[in-house]
Amino acid sequence: MNAAPTAAGHGLLACAVCRLVSRAPQSGDAHCPRCGAALHARKPASLARTWAFLIAAMILYVPANVLPIMDTSSLFGTQRDTILSGVVFLWTSGSFILAALVFFASVVVPLAKMIVLAILAGSVQMRSVKHRRIRTRLYRMIEFVGRWSMLDIYVVTILVALVQVSTFASIHAGPGAAAFGGVVVLTMFAAASFDPRLIWDTQGEES
Amino acid sequence: MPEYKLIACLECDLLHRQVPLAPGGEARCTRCGARLYRRASPDSNQRALALALAACILFIIANIYPIVGLEVQGTHTSSTLFGAVKSLWEEGARAVATLVFVTTFFVPAAELIGLIWVLVTLRRGARGWGTVPMLHFIESVKPWGMVEVFVLGVLVSLVKLAHVASVEPGVALFSFGALMAMVAAAAAAFDADAAWAQLETIR
Repeated sequence: MNAAPTAAGHGLLACAVCRLVSRAPQSGDAHCPRCGAALHARKPASLARTWAFLIAAMILYVPANVLPIMDTSSLFGTQRDTILSGVVFLWTSGSFILAALVFFASVVVPLAKMIVLAILAGSVQMRSVKHRRIRTRLYRMIEFVGRWSMLDIYVVTILVALVQVSTFASIHAGPGAAAFGGVVVLTMFAAASFDPRLIWDTQGEES
Repeated sequence: MPEYKLIACLECDLLHRQVPLAPGGEARCTRCGARLYRRASPDSNQRALALALAACILFIIANIYPIVGLEVQGTHTSSTLFGAVKSLWEEGARAVATLVFVTTFFVPAAELIGLIWVLVTLRRGARGWGTVPMLHFIESVKPWGMVEVFVLGVLVSLVKLAHVASVEPGVALFSFGALMAMVAAAAAAFDADAAWAQLETIR
């Protein structure tokens, strides 16, 4: 037992929805006495689920970047755009700010999210006692910023809708778009499955 | 035994005793810095209702009018959000179409309707039917509403298209921009703690 009082250490359960703290029942499944939500001391199978979603996302990340997210066919031939070539196109055509923005949302954010989640899950598994506050902050950050990776999906949506049957060109969504959307969804599930309280469960183990 | 309310940090599980805060103040976890609770102003749920209703109107406008128009060689094309989802679906990109529909239409609509439902019920001082499941629902779908990302996506595609054709932002784009602000303001004003406390007394 250590000095910092935690809910789990006192046999209490906190409701994740309405925040009510209640005493854990002796046996059986716990439900929040105020709102009826299922109560868990820690998110169930947190690490297993996080890894499962994360590994699936990592696998899907390959086709998401290799396959074209958009095919543009015009009189001058067909151009296939991947996530990266889209960024390069924006950069070479002079939209530097926009290129940086899309690069951040589509390349930096998903990569950072997967790396950070792997570090978090791995460090919890190795019962690391270091940098707990920083790790918690990293978790908060990736949860907040993850949604912005959807940017490219919306760009493709609008381009496809507008330039579908016009005379000068037609744009179609490529298979990379579905894979990329899958990566975003899977990493969101992975982040939601991870329980940051696990980072702090080693409190008192440091010598 | 003294009567005080306990609150546990959802990010590090540390227990805290709730202390009264100054209006507008918020309490953070002493160990990890996560937000614990806040003291909203007494009329904040009234403001949340007004903002949610305004957002509802903007949501309807945003979905009726075209988002962007495009003019190439004298032909004009424009698309609404529905039209965009439909063309994705029709050309076979069904997974992407579903993802776009859920994140820009279904979740924001459900969240707004749910929020208005709960706030109106609480205003009438009733426990009401479905209030608790609705609050659970709002909480669980929240991360999937991505109107603000969508607005940025439209702006990026406008710049991309501006190289090859003349584009004009449509009424719906401005509505989506305003909607984004309204939804954020309503969510910020909504005082869930007060809602739960009120539901507890009605039971």
